[in-house]
Amino acid sequence: MDAAEELRRLRWQCRRGMLELDLLFSRFLDACYSGLSSEDKSDLLRLLNYQDQILQDWFFRAAVPADVRLRELVARIRSVHC
Amino acid sequence: MSLPKRRFDSLIIGAGGAGLNAALRLSAADARVAVVSKVFPTRSHTVAAQGGVNAALANVLPDDWHWHMFDTVKGSDYLGDQDAIEYMCREAIPTVYELEHAGVPFSRLDNGRIYQRAFGGMSQNFGGDQAARTCAAADRTGHAILHTLYQQNLRARTHFFDEFFAIDLLRDEEGAILGALVLEIETGAPLVIEAKTTLLATGGYGQVFRTTTNAFINTGDGMAMALRAGVPLQDMEFFQFHPTGVAGKGMLITEGARGEGGYLMNVRGERFMERYAPKALDLASRDVVSRAIATEVREGRGCGEEGDHVLLKLDHLGRDVVGRRLPGISEICRTFLGIDPAEEPIPVFPTAHYAMGGIPTDRLGRVVAPARHGPEEVVPGLYAAGECACVSVHGANRLGGNSLLDILVFGRAAGNDIIQFLKEKPNHRPLPDSAVEPALARLARWDRKGEGETVHAVKADLRKLMEDHCGVFRTEAVMAEGVDKLKALRERIDGVRLRDHSQTFNTARIEALELDNLVDVGMATLMSALYRQESRGAHSRVDFPKRDDANWMKHSLYFREGDRMDFKPVRTKPLTVESFPPKERVY
Ligand SMILES: Cc1cc2nc3c(=O)[nH]c(=O)nc-3n(C[C@H](O)[C@H](O)[C@H](O)COP(=O)(O)OP(=O)(O)OC[C@H]3O[C@@H](n4cnc5c(N)ncnc54)[C@H](O)[C@@H]3O)c2cc1C
Repeated sequence: MDAAEELRRLRWQCRRGMLELDLLFSRFLDACYSGLSSEDKSDLLRLLNYQDQILQDWFFRAAVPADVRLRELVARIRSVHC
Repeated sequence: MSLPKRRFDSLIIGAGGAGLNAALRLSAADARVAVVSKVFPTRSHTVAAQGGVNAALANVLPDDWHWHMFDTVKGSDYLGDQDAIEYMCREAIPTVYELEHAGVPFSRLDNGRIYQRAFGGMSQNFGGDQAARTCAAADRTGHAILHTLYQQNLRARTHFFDEFFAIDLLRDEEGAILGALVLEIETGAPLVIEAKTTLLATGGYGQVFRTTTNAFINTGDGMAMALRAGVPLQDMEFFQFHPTGVAGKGMLITEGARGEGGYLMNVRGERFMERYAPKALDLASRDVVSRAIATEVREGRGCGEEGDHVLLKLDHLGRDVVGRRLPGISEICRTFLGIDPAEEPIPVFPTAHYAMGGIPTDRLGRVVAPARHGPEEVVPGLYAAGECACVSVHGANRLGGNSLLDILVFGRAAGNDIIQFLKEKPNHRPLPDSAVEPALARLARWDRKGEGETVHAVKADLRKLMEDHCGVFRTEAVMAEGVDKLKALRERIDGVRLRDHSQTFNTARIEALELDNLVDVGMATLMSALYRQESRGAHSRVDFPKRDDANWMKHSLYFREGDRMDFKPVRTKPLTVESFPPKERVY
């Protein structure tokens, strides 16, 4: 898969059932995708496989992911401002 | 024709609560069912519903489905069809128990019964004391319902086409619906799904407005597909707005913020609600507050670089109150605005939330449209349910907790009627090549190469146009100008070109197809709003501030061909009880 295709695929995975998640993920892709390492990308894919409600809890601090890498990624996605 | 083709008894487009509840009925009855969803089913917008679902179970306070019916008719500002409302309120009770048995983890009372909370617009005894009617699974009711229904469908062997995008309905010369052309998003390959019945359950279209609470997927695809198949859309002028969404983003800042003492301010630092509602101030009714905000912005007293919002001030409440009583707001402000509401005011603007209008159906979920023999003839083979449909139980305004109910009750009703249809008509109708051609042409149009405008630019203009000309500030002049501008914008679509013509995961192409749909439902909304010269429910006009039952107690219908408007009567006769005649609404 080339990089452009990978980004397109990720973009569709970022379409969620809640506006808040749509906005968080899309601004992260726009601002940070080009700087992601392949490990970061596989973390992102892992994160995107979680259910919307769980993601919402993580992003709005009702809960914390047990996995350290996901915890860092959640914090990073939250901290992008536009 | 070399297109791949699949055959099912029934095709369901949309995997939210409405689509999944219909699918479950059908699979349980051993019908061959295909469910198509552009996103993974449990990412449907139903997941966002937190509040709950209404049913007169009387677990906390006395209750009766007839009282629920009264509240719904009144809430609809008497535009709801009373036969459908009676049906929904009666069916609410078995529907909630059915969900309970299917495994939805409703919150419970100490005695083990389902807990019910009080919500606005709900009364006991036909307008008496507050009722407690809303059943919730903590603050994740939509999520619990959606996941439960999805699991049950997997068990019942419903066939899912995940991440397939429906392009258009297939129709023969007699107007019967034969299935749909869909696109596999991963490969970009078109697929014909042939079916004896097709159910549209594609949800709402809040994305047509710049500021909305709706997720990106809510683009009115099913509604626009119906329009292109010659079916009108009903009551599209009725769109529910919340006064305070985060400006430029859309998510809700709850009314609780003003309840705790927060107030609105314009660029001059004036507490402007003093001028619009001297007594109730910032706690005036939603439409008054929404229109006041829009008026401040229109008259040049908006804040920010573009002057396009006002400010909601909470900092005077103190960090303790803001942090303790409004924790959700603090999180939203920090995450999306990078501000702390205990220190800085929040930029806000009215946000589009819920579509009351949609594809006209009867209470069995069958799509009905005016034809030779009257205003409500069944379109053979076509059904609709959920937010994309207009049955019409919400009329001019929806009560909180009634839309999850609507999607479940009418999803199920449609499923039941389809089972009957399949018994009576066990064979597929012939599918001529000519039925697929218009849909293929629509898809091929996006293969055109060369210079042109981008989808993104036209979409942004559309959403701004709808907000400015068909938002909460509605007058003849504002909307007539909007229609002219929208007609011009519609012409621009022809000049839009994609930069990316790849096949796999070409999301740009999907967004282009969604833009077509948004333009069509936008025109339906704007035209219907321009025509209705009265204020009723969520449609409030500055130039016609009163409800006008003599002339306007009727449903509007917008047809795409020739942008034509028509009307049909409201069904004021319930199934078994007396009608509720229109009264002035006072809360
Ligand atoms: C923030 C928020 C909170 C809410 N809270 C409540 C509440 O507490 N109580 C209540 O009663 N209501 C609430 N509502 C309203 C309620 O959630 C919705 O009206 C309801 O969930 C709509 O369900 P649906 O089944 O009609 O559609 P959706 O759940 O929106 O599902 C639509 C489906 O159609 C599919 N689809 C769309 N277009 C296509 C296409 N072209 N091709 C293939 N598939 C397609 C999507 O993938 C999706 O599966 C809330 C709404 C919002 C925005």
